[in-house]
Amino acid sequence: MPKHLTLLAAVILCFTLHPQAAQPAAEDAALEQKVTAIAEELRCLVCQNQTIADSSAPLAVDLREQVRDKIRQGKSRDEIIDYMVERYGDFVRYRPPLTASTVPLWFGPALLLLIAITLLLRWVRAKRDTTAAALTDEQRTRAAALLAEGENKG
Amino acid sequence: MSEDAPGARRSLPRFMLPLACFAALLVLLGAGLRLNPREVPSPLVGKPAPAFELPQLHAHNRYVSPKDMLGKVWMLNVWASWCASCRDEHPLLIDLAKANVVPVYGLNYKDAQDDAIRWLERYGDPYRASAYDPKGAVGIDYGVYGVPETYVIDKRGTIRYKHIGAVTPQILRQKILPLLEQLERDA
Repeated sequence: MPKHLTLLAAVILCFTLHPQAAQPAAEDAALEQKVTAIAEELRCLVCQNQTIADSSAPLAVDLREQVRDKIRQGKSRDEIIDYMVERYGDFVRYRPPLTASTVPLWFGPALLLLIAITLLLRWVRAKRDTTAAALTDEQRTRAAALLAEGENKG
Repeated sequence: MSEDAPGARRSLPRFMLPLACFAALLVLLGAGLRLNPREVPSPLVGKPAPAFELPQLHAHNRYVSPKDMLGKVWMLNVWASWCASCRDEHPLLIDLAKANVVPVYGLNYKDAQDDAIRWLERYGDPYRASAYDPKGAVGIDYGVYGVPETYVIDKRGTIRYKHIGAVTPQILRQKILPLLEQLERDA
């Protein structure tokens, strides 16, 4: 009999414990979502083309843990990012901020495109001018004569 | 692109422009290859060394703290027994300790105490003391991301230099030693 009772107690315990365990998990999901949102803004310094949300490097795990702690302390997104920048520099931001040193990074490609388009336009225009000016009136009449000749033959 | 150009007005041969572009690109990419992407400029250089108080690796009842070092120039070297390049720079640190040029303190980063102590017994202990940071919390305050890292801290407690990766004889000779000399002279 006591054996059965223990078993029964164990079964009941399973059911009673389960919802208790599930509750913090639900709270965690919301927290994890916040952690991931911030972690996606931060570069993993060990594997530099990944964010700390993507990376499983030990440092990324530690930094995610830091982010989690800071959120629990009620820190805002900007405060957490500033905290990381203070320690690891602007480089830790996956999206580089607009500063004097990142101006070429932000506007360089557009500038290059602009230069390329300008050069192309100039080239096309120069080309059009030269082809238009290439034939003198004399040449035109000669060309017309040659064409007429060709047509007569055909 | 059409190849016939009756109005080739430039005096330069036609192939010069693409060639010049190619050469410029080559210079740019060549410069890029020489840069080390792991060398992230630390925002901590020129700032006060972050405060901490950590137990010593060998004696947990004694502590290592930057504020006790105020008034002297010192070096903080982040190391771990699991770190392969730490072994590369280790002989250099031993020499530095023997020559008594500068007090070197260790920050034992994310390591197991037993492993760390055994490592020092095996390869020698160049540190006045090593701070024991098993979780790497102080490491984060110092922006550590690639062990070993070395910091030179001046008499006022300001970080003056940071080196990421193993210290080489060249870096020691050209950067660290001249800086130490200069900092020693400063009041």
